[in-house]
Amino acid sequence: MPNLAMHISNGIIDAPVSAAFAGLALVALAICVNRGRNDLDERLAPMAGLVAAFIFAVQMLNFQVLPGVSGHLLGGVLAAMLVGPWVGALCVSTVLIVQCLVLADGGLTALGLNITNMAVIGTAAGYLLAALLLRFLPKNPTGLAITAFVASVIGVVAASQGFVFEYWLGGTTSLSIPVVSGTMAGSHVLIGIGEGLIAATTVATVARVRPDLVYAMRRFRTKAAPVTPVRAPETVAGGAA
Amino acid sequence: MSKRLWIFIACGLFVSLVLAGVVSNFASSSPDGLDAATLKGCTTDAEGNITGGTCMAQQTKDHQFKDSPLADYGIKGIDNPYLSTGLSGVAGVLITFGVGYGVFWLVRRRRPSGSEPADEAAMSSSGSGGSS
Repeated sequence: MPNLAMHISNGIIDAPVSAAFAGLALVALAICVNRGRNDLDERLAPMAGLVAAFIFAVQMLNFQVLPGVSGHLLGGVLAAMLVGPWVGALCVSTVLIVQCLVLADGGLTALGLNITNMAVIGTAAGYLLAALLLRFLPKNPTGLAITAFVASVIGVVAASQGFVFEYWLGGTTSLSIPVVSGTMAGSHVLIGIGEGLIAATTVATVARVRPDLVYAMRRFRTKAAPVTPVRAPETVAGGAA
Repeated sequence: MSKRLWIFIACGLFVSLVLAGVVSNFASSSPDGLDAATLKGCTTDAEGNITGGTCMAQQTKDHQFKDSPLADYGIKGIDNPYLSTGLSGVAGVLITFGVGYGVFWLVRRRRPSGSEPADEAAMSSSGSGGSS
């Protein structure tokens, strides 16, 4: 089964550029942990674990986009809308790290490249667009679905161009950059549409079942409804947890 | 912690397990958008091996963990491809949830940040500890 590898393999991008992006990814993850912990409470932690597990599962579901070409969800926009941009980027990173270390998918040397593209660029681009769209669209399941769809298309294409940028900096072959860029953009528009449908369905479903668990509904609301009953924090693990 | 939340989490995990354990066997086996781009310029045989031309994928080096028990979404020693893919998916979902929940639990906010008044009110305003 040679086609089950899904992310950048070792050797496609040279070692110095891979190392530089590993450093960049590390800094980005540190920032995400720092900012994300403001959002992470006892409720969001298991939810974020679930979002990561769900993204892992759906990434296995390659769908055909062209003859001989498939695509799979990246998950950045889905994660950002459900658990926020910082924790969302960490969810996608968790998936990529598990895939690399446990399932040998995505080279270890290329891990920083993959995290930069899918967890950082894809999530950031998609989230910024989603935040903009939600200023105009209603924060109900339909509005969230439209937002998730559009932001996913843009987020996926942005992530694909991250690879093109890395290839331009340190590709171990010398193919024409515009051609690579066009190939990647073309296939990833279609992949983004598939991702958008999945993300829209998922976000709308969660928004119907448990709107309180959708970050985009809670945090984008201008005036908070009575902040949900805050229970005394000393419920579990009294000591130095 | 609320029971309703955990019911939701359990349902979500169940859906994820079914997707990774069963539906994954019906996924397209064509190379994904990135892989297809790295193969552009090369010709491949029916099994996806490069037979000629010039493309990025020729520079690909082996994965450091190619011999790991779950490498390439299969389980070493299980010959049935459906079982092998499905079980690797189930294992991956559980590992990802475990690692994700574990890390997020460890780095979570230990006390209300103080930015939200409602949270502040819930805290007894006496203990102003050090680390946040």
